[in-house]
Amino acid sequence: MFKKILIANRGEIACRIIETARAMGVGTVAVYSEADAGARHVVLADEAFPIGPPQPAESYLKGQTLIEVALKAGAQAVHPGYGFLSENPDFVEAVEAAGLTFIGPSASAIRAMGLKDAAKALMEKAGVPVVPGYHGDNQDPEHLAGAADTIGYPVLIKAVAGGGGKGMRRVARAEDFADALDSARGEARTAFGNDAVLIEKYVEKPRHIEVQVFGDGQDAVHLYERDCSLQRRHQKVIEEAPAPGMTAEMRAAMGEAAVRAAKAIGYKGAGTIEFIVDASDGLRADRFWFMEMNTRLQVEHPVTEAVTGIDLVEWQLRVAAGEPLPMTQVQIPLKGHAFEARLYAEDVPKGFLPATGTLTHLEFPTGARIDSGVRAGDTISPFYDPMIAKVITHGPTREIALARMTRALERSEVAGSVTNLTFLAALTRHAGFAAGDVDTGLIERDLDGLIADPVPEPRLVAQAALAASGLMAAPAPMAGFTLWASLERSVTLLCAEAPRQVTVRLSAADRAEIVVEDRTVIACRDASGWRFDGARAVPMARAGARITLFSGAAPVFDLVDPLDRAGADAAGGNLIEAPMPGLVKAVFVAAGETVAEGQRLAILEAMKMEHTLVAARDGVVAEVLAAAGDQVEAGAALVRLEEDEA
Amino acid sequence: MKLTSRILPSSEAFQANRAAHLAALETVRAAAQQAEGGGGEAARARHVSRGKMLPRERVANLLDPGAPFLEIGATAAHDMYDNAAPAAGVIAGIGRVEGQEVMVVCNDATVKGGTYYPMTVKKHLRAQEIAAQCALPCIYLVDSGGANLPQQDEVFPDRDHFGRIFYNQANMSARGIPQIAVVMGSCTAGGAYVPAMSDVTIIVRDQGTIFLAGPPLVKAATGEVVSAEDLGGGDVHTRLSGVADYLAEDDAHALALARRAVSHLNRAKPQTVQWQSPEDPAYDPEEILGAVPGDLRTPYDIREVIARTVDGSRFDEFKPRFGETIVTGFAHVMGCPVGIVANNGVLFSEAAQKAAHFVELCSQRNIPLVFLQNITGFMVGRKYENEGIARHGAKMVTAVATTNVPKITMLVGGSFGAGNYGMAGRAYSPRFLWTWPNSRISVMGGEQAAGVLATVKRDGIERKGGSWSAEEEAEFKRPTLEMFERQSHPLYASARLWDDGIVDPRKTREVLALSLSASLCAPIEPTRFGVFRM
Repeated sequence: MFKKILIANRGEIACRIIETARAMGVGTVAVYSEADAGARHVVLADEAFPIGPPQPAESYLKGQTLIEVALKAGAQAVHPGYGFLSENPDFVEAVEAAGLTFIGPSASAIRAMGLKDAAKALMEKAGVPVVPGYHGDNQDPEHLAGAADTIGYPVLIKAVAGGGGKGMRRVARAEDFADALDSARGEARTAFGNDAVLIEKYVEKPRHIEVQVFGDGQDAVHLYERDCSLQRRHQKVIEEAPAPGMTAEMRAAMGEAAVRAAKAIGYKGAGTIEFIVDASDGLRADRFWFMEMNTRLQVEHPVTEAVTGIDLVEWQLRVAAGEPLPMTQVQIPLKGHAFEARLYAEDVPKGFLPATGTLTHLEFPTGARIDSGVRAGDTISPFYDPMIAKVITHGPTREIALARMTRALERSEVAGSVTNLTFLAALTRHAGFAAGDVDTGLIERDLDGLIADPVPEPRLVAQAALAASGLMAAPAPMAGFTLWASLERSVTLLCAEAPRQVTVRLSAADRAEIVVEDRTVIACRDASGWRFDGARAVPMARAGARITLFSGAAPVFDLVDPLDRAGADAAGGNLIEAPMPGLVKAVFVAAGETVAEGQRLAILEAMKMEHTLVAARDGVVAEVLAAAGDQVEAGAALVRLEEDEA
Repeated sequence: MKLTSRILPSSEAFQANRAAHLAALETVRAAAQQAEGGGGEAARARHVSRGKMLPRERVANLLDPGAPFLEIGATAAHDMYDNAAPAAGVIAGIGRVEGQEVMVVCNDATVKGGTYYPMTVKKHLRAQEIAAQCALPCIYLVDSGGANLPQQDEVFPDRDHFGRIFYNQANMSARGIPQIAVVMGSCTAGGAYVPAMSDVTIIVRDQGTIFLAGPPLVKAATGEVVSAEDLGGGDVHTRLSGVADYLAEDDAHALALARRAVSHLNRAKPQTVQWQSPEDPAYDPEEILGAVPGDLRTPYDIREVIARTVDGSRFDEFKPRFGETIVTGFAHVMGCPVGIVANNGVLFSEAAQKAAHFVELCSQRNIPLVFLQNITGFMVGRKYENEGIARHGAKMVTAVATTNVPKITMLVGGSFGAGNYGMAGRAYSPRFLWTWPNSRISVMGGEQAAGVLATVKRDGIERKGGSWSAEEEAEFKRPTLEMFERQSHPLYASARLWDDGIVDPRKTREVLALSLSASLCAPIEPTRFGVFRM
């Protein structure tokens, strides 16, 4: 076994690898960009070295730098994690040339699976079913159209070098083929510098089922399947193992096909064979086709770990160190059911846009495995994948595992950035998903229902208002004391950009009546804390004027500071006046001209100083009332702006 | 040291007492509720429709959320001026802003435009007096048309009339007690000097106005036609005149600016006494209602009240075996050390001497004094006059009058005659004087007064050889009895600000604690007693 390895990655996967390495007594060397100097993986590793600026191309993708660090630190092997350099055969060769071990497949295996059409041809030869299609070199549009006709519509045009949905088009009718081909090619050219495409049968109710394989260069086994059908724009959202509705027959067929594929390339290490499955008629052993092979550890590997009890990173290290496969196929257990949900900092209502921010609060419930590369106080930077954590649950049945997932997501507490947490939780409650009736189109179809952002109920607004008033903590002696009627304080909160007016009347240290619009919420405090209309307060976090409640839609409230009156003084900025008597040296604007706040309008010379007069707001010049050379009195109007419409 | 109560909460007497107290309390609560309603629904709706906060809402949004508010004169002017001036048209009290205790004086423009009735002036001056004694920063939330013109003779000319407000502002400012004004409405004529005399003034745009003479008076005087805003609005005063310092966009903004101004005062509470961690009484304060007889004439042990007021019900009684009709001793209220002087019967010479001794002790140790007043007076009769009860009483009065430690008086029963003086009645300038709903105050009991008058009358009739039937005598006494009953009622007293307010007996502990805390915002000056007649 290695004494020390370098982890050429960051974030949760780097932390994940460090944990197993440490458990095996293997030393760990982390690398970090300037943006990650205080990151969790840096703290966890035994040693850590800086490798450059935040941009991945300047740091985590600099293979030579990584190898130098590994040599300097005395590491014997390099674990690439996933992403970055994990599927770069040139890097594998450079690592090996430096006398180090690459923890993963050979360069040739990566290359064999790198180009999709070549990979499919190879698989077809090995007896692995592939989607009916054309993977040939003849890229003449006429020829491709002919191939599409042969396969039968609907078809899919895919970039040969593609991934992530780029250069991909579904074509339903022959007459649309030419246009779709042009646009797919254009996109492929831009994205990959290679506009070659392949044509495939379009699968009607497609499911994405993949098989985890493991090889030691001689032999290969599979660790059953994972279902990754819950996708949004080809990004996996929730994965599970085993696949719902999987039969023993189909599992055997897929497993055998996957092992055949791995053996065909003498595969060493962890890999995944992705299949597309036509589920329009249930799962059938003759309706799965090879899509591609990922020659690395997958993001969703924990679900396989959960159902097999096997530590895949441990296997990676052992196989890379030259050991044979730790188990034979029959020895590999399959127990229960597991789910993984990917928690991201992203703005779901704004089209799942990646978000950034400092995680002011981050807490996860027990009862779930959490793989995370960040802690409370860490920043989600724009440079990398905005993943916050993977939440993994396991249970004896799918129903229990899913219920645990719902519970875990509902009790996860993240503040400081918007997240997809609510969306994930909604997904776990989706009736079709709960029934195991999944396909890759499920999320798009039901997106509106899944991202619905309900207006927080009065009880939650009341809690936010009490928190905003600083009254959630144990009350101070005599809090709320008055001789007779209690005082009513008004609080304005912003929730989803809408102001909510609330009045808080603390009638005793342990009792408050909180009026949210027209509804009165009674808050009472007992030994367990505040209750709102009888319901216990939900967990929450406060950072400055921002309050995040961890309940359902995880509403965020911002306390409006009455002092925050930007531009209050800007009103009355219609007239630009001479601040003192002086000589107008220059006027820079003319009537009708549009000016911006802060723009120079005129210069006044007075008391041996030149005073620049600027626009107090954006606007249009109505008239210029002075000219260069004029002697003016204090308060004389020099420029007048048109009345502000707003 | 821990007091032991002899009260049985299950007893019939307890329940009867409680019912009597609750009935008295209800009368006061109704009066307080009426006062809180200000100028009535129509006036309040009009006020709100202008985008203004109601006065209590202003106070609430000025103060720290959840901080206690000790209101002064909550039922002032009750049953006066045909009830035209609820709470005398002004809210006053001690609250906390940015963690500091402040005196808030807030005009209620829904009550006759916030104009000053005689009781308004008296309440405003009383608030200032407390602020001056306790060194509390003053925040004036101004929205007032100035003096109430029909009442001008009772408002304008005398020493303790309108002008005294500005005199106090100037002198408090001179003593380093900050004066902050927030102009949230009119500030006309004399009222204009509230903001002008303040250290810091905030004014609300298009709402607050400050001028010596409003547009109608200007037009009458000089013929000039000018709008209120151009004459003395927020923009004018923060940009041109400099009468105000900060321009606020609305009430909420103005109050936030006032809070910010307080945050920059750079003041700290002086270290005067050794505070302890507060501790609840061992006996529930709720039981006060049942422990204290509903009828003033029924004697009871004042220690039952003390046990339900002080921390841990612990009371280090001083000289317990001497002059037993007065109870003196040391305790803590919400962590604050206090010396308690409490009546437990009529005052005798020994009791007066003991009280004087105890007041001296507390003065020397800088321990604030709490008077639990329930006194029918000093003992009368030849024996007592001859032994010099007036001399001993004078010692007590001298000690109470000249001590410089803070005195807080709670009127828990009767306050009659010279007993009122020795027990730090209003004339003895306690920092605060509060009363219970069951209390009564008058120069003597109504029965006694009517009796004295009847005796004089009977003597006159009989000297002339006439006769006076019992019925005639009763008829003669009735108006006197009725007058005393009406005038000795706490609502009558509180309406006239003979005290700082009526309190729910169950809140005695909190009221004392807040009063003590406010009093201890000012340093305790050394005491120099007057000559004791020995």
